[in-house]
Amino acid sequence: MSIQQGQVGGGAPMAPAVAQAAGVRAAAFEAPSIRSRLSQVVFIGLLGLATFLFVFPFIWLISASLKTRENVFSNELFPMPLHFENYPKIFEIAPVANWFLNSVIVGLLAAATVTVSSALVAFAFAYFRFPHRNLVFGLVLASMMLPGAVIMIPNFLIWNALGQVNTLTPLWAGNLFGSAFYIFLLRQFFLGLPRELFEAARVDGASYPRMWWSIALPLTRAALIVVFIFELKASWTDLVRPLIFLRDTALFTLPQGLKSLVDRFNPQIGGQGEFHLVMAASVIVTVPMIIIFFLAQRYFVEGIATTGSKG
Amino acid sequence: MTAATASAPSRGRWRVSEETRWAFIFLLPWIVGFVIFTAGPMIASFAISFTQYNVIRPPEFVGLENYLRLLDDRRIPLALTNTAIYAVLHVPGVIILALALAMLLLRVGRAAGFFRTIFYMPTVTPAVAVGTLFLLVLAGNGVLNQALGVIGLNGPNWLSDPDWVKPGLVIMSLWTLGSTVVIYFAALRNVPLELYEAARIDGANSWQQFRNITIPFISGALFFTIIVNTIASLQIFAEVFTMFFGARSGPAQSSALFYVVYLFQKAFEDLQFGYASAMAWLLFVIVLAITAVQIRLSRRFVYYEGEDR
Repeated sequence: MSIQQGQVGGGAPMAPAVAQAAGVRAAAFEAPSIRSRLSQVVFIGLLGLATFLFVFPFIWLISASLKTRENVFSNELFPMPLHFENYPKIFEIAPVANWFLNSVIVGLLAAATVTVSSALVAFAFAYFRFPHRNLVFGLVLASMMLPGAVIMIPNFLIWNALGQVNTLTPLWAGNLFGSAFYIFLLRQFFLGLPRELFEAARVDGASYPRMWWSIALPLTRAALIVVFIFELKASWTDLVRPLIFLRDTALFTLPQGLKSLVDRFNPQIGGQGEFHLVMAASVIVTVPMIIIFFLAQRYFVEGIATTGSKG
Repeated sequence: MTAATASAPSRGRWRVSEETRWAFIFLLPWIVGFVIFTAGPMIASFAISFTQYNVIRPPEFVGLENYLRLLDDRRIPLALTNTAIYAVLHVPGVIILALALAMLLLRVGRAAGFFRTIFYMPTVTPAVAVGTLFLLVLAGNGVLNQALGVIGLNGPNWLSDPDWVKPGLVIMSLWTLGSTVVIYFAALRNVPLELYEAARIDGANSWQQFRNITIPFISGALFFTIIVNTIASLQIFAEVFTMFFGARSGPAQSSALFYVVYLFQKAFEDLQFGYASAMAWLLFVIVLAITAVQIRLSRRFVYYEGEDR
């Protein structure tokens, strides 16, 4: 995970404001001289080149997934004819449908649990006054620095002792207890809410859980969505935990399944050469996240942009 | 539960207010999780690092043996060197390229949103898929070398030539630098335009403006991304493991043996939990040391608005 903190404010109304700010700024740069016109063309040209370089691997991925076994390592961009049959074939030779379902289940559970639990804990740090609050919060921040490798083995032993190895549980159940980065992020949002709102609710006799549920959560909906999709993405792309915890092929998640296909078919390491099928599987792993990215783009970009701004 | 019980005069220092009690209830998930899945495992990991343990038989205390073995194991310096080379190439590469792209974004007005989306898109691609895709892109006769051929360069085999494996991986890593671009773009937009105007009137050239206005103003974001990218690059695993390791070994195994890859092999392929734990603590110490140095350096370079200097 390489994303941190932020103060996204209301979230929803951000995008137009940002676009406007960009427009204003552009106007300031656009002095109507030929020289600046020319530099505009150069800038757009450079960005166009960069766009080509960033998009090209995706095109290559799709192109390779439609090639034959013989020409998957060839460099033709438009393989004719297009071999769409690679897609049904990959579902036949490996339990890709199972993997897909497993990834969906784990992703939704991981994202839902971490959002609720982190929001609870973040509210405690943002709203309540209690002894040693800063010290405890410092501990939350410090725990983000810990390399995953240090606690990987004991965590395996815990789930092993609980008889949960080779089940999907270890891939999400740890999220019931919140996650330092999301606690940090949500605390920032909660701190942005005016305290008077809560004081008024207190006067009206609202309990603390009610204040959390009926005031804090609805007002930070955008931030909760940011947390949900960040964790969905983290879970969907994770390889390490499935590798550690899952043994049966039918239980694999998509990335782990893809890894097993690479091992089986990569001719570079002596596998059978059906790499076109591996590429079809790569597309299946990649496309759902791309779709979610386009649907929730605003939240991804806002979440990241406000990260680091207070680094 | 009523307010009356909460404020009941239970004498002595253990009397807690209702607010504190509720704070504790809200904090409970984190406290439980921290004890069971972070603090406990840290202590356990430290203890295991002084034993020989493979899950099947009970752990056997071996004192400092695992740590002494770290000094003898020739793959440790190999893995550390590989990781260091990768980090030293990857971090400046990401920072410079992302900053260049963000500065371009700042100069194209409304179009910036479109380009920002494009640059960010690869970061949602699963690492395994990135690794798989770049097995094709970086292959000796792959598309990257074909492109280099067009401009008259004879590209190396990025997947098997020991000298070129790490530069190849760095090129791959640059594809997913989108989040750094987004962070820089956000930071650059906060630089007050009047400063540039004032500097221009004073006769400052573009480089001077960049050096004396842009850099100080975004130094917080720079510092943050340097630390995050450094820590992440020291722990690179999924892409490399996909491309070069696993059920069968690839041709470039020793030049792609990164620290966490080796640690994973020791732990979950060889079941040497004691040795792998010692390796993990060495990594922790290295990460802490590097971050501490970076924080120290940052005190000199990072400028915070409103700060007296």
